[in-house]
Amino acid sequence: MFDYETLKLIWWLLVGVLLIGFAIMDGHDMGVGTLLPILGKDDTERRVMINSVAPHWDGNQVWFITGGGAIFAAWPFVYATAFSGMYWALLLVLFALFFRPVGFEYRSKLPNPAWRATWDWGLFAGSAVPALVFGVAFGNLFLGVPFTLDDTMRSFYSGSFWALLNPFALLCGVVSLSLLTLQGATFLAHRTEGALQQRAKIAASVLVIVLLAAFSGAGVIVWRIEGYIIQSIGDVGGVINPLMKEVTRQPGAWFGNFQKMPILWLIPAIAYVGALLALLAIKAGKTLLAFVGSSLACVSVILTAGVALFPFILPSSTMPKASLTAWDATSSYVTLNVMLWVALIFTPIVLAYTSWAYHVMAGKITRDFIAANDKQLY
Amino acid sequence: MIDTTVVDLSRLQFAATALYHFIFVPLTLGLSWLLVAMESAYVLTGKEIYRDMTKFWGKLYGINFALGVTTGITMEFQFGTNWAYYSHYVGDIFGAPLAIEGLMAFFLESTMVGLFFFGWNRLSKAGHLTVTMLMALGTNLSAVLILIANGWMQDPVGSAFNPITMRMELIDFWALVFNPAAQAKFVHTVSAGYVAGSLFVLGISSWYLLKGVHTEFARRSFRIAAAFGLAGTLSVIVLGDESGYAVSESQKSKLATIEAMWETEPAPAGFNLIASINEEKQTNNWAIKIPYALGLIATRSTTETLPGIREIRAENVGRVKSGIEAVIALEALRKAPQDAELLARFREYEQDLGYGLLVKAYVDDVRLATPAIIEKAAHDTVPPVASLFWSFRLMVGLGFAMLALFVVAFWAGIRNSFAEKRWLLRWALYFIPVPWIAIEAGWWVAEFGRQPWTVFGVLPTHLSASSLSVADLYGSLFGFLGFYTVLLAVEMYLMFKYARLGPTALQSNQ
Ligand code: HDD
Ligand code: HEM
Ligand code: HEM
Repeated sequence: MFDYETLKLIWWLLVGVLLIGFAIMDGHDMGVGTLLPILGKDDTERRVMINSVAPHWDGNQVWFITGGGAIFAAWPFVYATAFSGMYWALLLVLFALFFRPVGFEYRSKLPNPAWRATWDWGLFAGSAVPALVFGVAFGNLFLGVPFTLDDTMRSFYSGSFWALLNPFALLCGVVSLSLLTLQGATFLAHRTEGALQQRAKIAASVLVIVLLAAFSGAGVIVWRIEGYIIQSIGDVGGVINPLMKEVTRQPGAWFGNFQKMPILWLIPAIAYVGALLALLAIKAGKTLLAFVGSSLACVSVILTAGVALFPFILPSSTMPKASLTAWDATSSYVTLNVMLWVALIFTPIVLAYTSWAYHVMAGKITRDFIAANDKQLY
Repeated sequence: MIDTTVVDLSRLQFAATALYHFIFVPLTLGLSWLLVAMESAYVLTGKEIYRDMTKFWGKLYGINFALGVTTGITMEFQFGTNWAYYSHYVGDIFGAPLAIEGLMAFFLESTMVGLFFFGWNRLSKAGHLTVTMLMALGTNLSAVLILIANGWMQDPVGSAFNPITMRMELIDFWALVFNPAAQAKFVHTVSAGYVAGSLFVLGISSWYLLKGVHTEFARRSFRIAAAFGLAGTLSVIVLGDESGYAVSESQKSKLATIEAMWETEPAPAGFNLIASINEEKQTNNWAIKIPYALGLIATRSTTETLPGIREIRAENVGRVKSGIEAVIALEALRKAPQDAELLARFREYEQDLGYGLLVKAYVDDVRLATPAIIEKAAHDTVPPVASLFWSFRLMVGLGFAMLALFVVAFWAGIRNSFAEKRWLLRWALYFIPVPWIAIEAGWWVAEFGRQPWTVFGVLPTHLSASSLSVADLYGSLFGFLGFYTVLLAVEMYLMFKYARLGPTALQSNQ
């Protein structure tokens, strides 16, 4: 139905959709987890927070898992190179994520306060660490990642874990952490009441400021660092591998797509609109609208980064021509085509029953509700 | 050349984390249908005790499920972190079922599990039962898809090598989905899960009956578990035979290994019940044989012969030689991609490419392969025999022992005489770990038996690993071991605690 070039483009968009789905859905429960030890002043309040996401966190986490699977299927080069290269960053995320399933499920199974406090910090780590590392990883994409490819397409990484933690990448980490925590804060404001809700509202307001400051700061730096440009490449509608192109670097090049198509400036603009909408709506007490504003910010922050990099996915700083792009790091035509059909059929079904699940579990979580269902809840 | 220590440590890490993941998976697979059965009884009869059963066993299900998810995430990302060249080389095919699993199965399973636990007061009876069914369906769908992926590694159908991208690519999606190796694996593996779930419920119920607590609850649980377990065991045995047949079709080397069959035998071959294996001399010091049995099981005929290990190794010398030609042609073709003559030459030897790559364990440049090296590479095409031979017998033996238990339990269940048979109750209690032993042994047979390949006949294990350092591997291995040990201790503690508390403790406030 589609030609190979179009399919490559569609899959670039679909991976973006999965990342955005992750940020909106898993983002809000990770945000709640990050805020857990900060906003929850006593055990009951913490249980209110946990139970606001209890029925949904696992389904939400599947956005992350499916995102990983989709990268494996659609961009095997990226899956192989990025995950083995950034080995320790990925393991850090993995080890942090270990705390989530067990944290949610086991925390309230015993009344012992030390037990519960331990899992609370586990949930905090399981939420905040991945949220931070994702941004750090994205930041490093802009700087280029030190890897080479040999003639058999085997990748070799020459960086270290600590080199990933440079100031620019950490600033990007602040963007992602504040973005996902804002998701959590607006969600909490919507699903709780009383003193806890008040604190969630204050947190949301602070986070909007942090987010906008960090996002703007990162934008200024991106303007000054060297971006990557494809000088020549084989037939993008055909079968090519990453070594069949020439790539150069130039300051400001990451803004090239915006300069070529000025309408794209709308995307970062919407990030500001979304975040400010969240701020105003919180002040006006319209909590659902605040969540929508925050989600809008998720969409446009991720799209902004993606569009700036496009068509690059994983630029190589040590061997620029080996950079992985949406044109030469993809799967075969057959795989992209089959996977597109699967995605077209199942994504609406997933969205339908996920919405239904939220509908069934809708409503405020209160202290009384926790007390009345002590043994049934997390 | 890749550091062999890195390869070995990667294998150890993968094996450890996979076997660990599969402690929790079978219970999820089996308990989910038992929950459906119990809740259906509640909806049909309206008796509250069935609802309490669903809730209580559901509690234990939840404790197990959490670790299933925790360890599953590791599995998903380990292909990229530790088997990067594998991920590049076959991701085009292997990634697809993995991604579909997320979209089709994990979303369903994980969304419904939330509603299962928290939706009791918000859904109608029928609505909640539907949720439970969808949760069970999701779990089993996830098994189908991951076993399609794993089945392809055992029997790589529907794909071809692309010299431009240097990888295997999908050509026939439906061949991948309906791969007979995957089908046989799926039914065998999920049935094994049903056995595990049933024995778990049967054993804990027996314990209540032995102590004389929660007797009404335990009796009903016992009967449901006995019936489901009998069906599961029969199915695992019959379909284990199916797996054996699939193996005999696609992996003669594995079959010969699990039988310790060194020489090709005239049809129909006999089955070595037990044997004293001499790996060095490629022979058995002695063996007790059942005549004809292997030929009948593996080929379903009395006339087909099965090749022995020596014959397989001898034949593969030729494949390695031809594979070396394929590697040479491919390397030349990479330098001159347009050269039609080189392409034709590569295509001529292509089917043996994987065998040529085996040589790279000994020399980087395959042109330098001496006859001794070729001999060694051919020798490698059959994995070490003893552990496979014995783990297969362990699995099968335990299968029949469990069949005996479930037959007796089912019969006593019909006669309603089990509560007095203390020997039966003790038997069931002590047998709780048995399905897990059989299951881990089964995975050992399937995975170690596939060596030296990650993808049978296509990609050798030693080429599949990531370019990591030995220090990286030690670090991550200890990280996993540390985390997993603590998590297992916590899980077992809670499992025992809640099993001891029993059903009554959960009903306060409700
Ligand atoms: C025969 C079945 C089977 C097999 C061979 C595997 N798994 Fe598994 N997996 C399941 C059956 C299962 C399950 C029954 O569906 C689990 C266990 C408990 C659970 O929560 O779901 C699960 C959980 C689970 C999860 C968490 C899903 C969630 O958050 O809900 C992931 C990411 C994986 N698995 C991935 C893998 C990978 C990459 C495997 C291969 C190496 C693998 N599993 C082998
Ligand atoms: C969860 C159930 C599984 C268990 C218990 C299991 C067990 C094992 C074991 C014991 C090994 C080590 C073999 C060796 O080092 O000699 C291994 C290796 C491996 N298995 Fe599995 N396996 C499981 C599922 C899978 C699945 C479903 C896949 C693919 C989807 C898979 C892919 C691999 C790979 C890539 C290796 C590493 C390379 C190798 O040593 O062969 N495994 N597994
Ligand atoms: C007479 C009984 C049995 C026979 C003939 C049998 C046969 C087999 C064979 C041939 C394999 C290897 C398949 C492959 O390499 O692809 C296998 C694997 C396996 N077996 Fe069994 N088996 C039996 C009983 C059991 C029992 C009782 C259990 C557990 C309760 C079990 C669990 C497994 C598992 C989990 C695997 C690995 C997954 C797979 O490859 O299907 N088996 N079995």
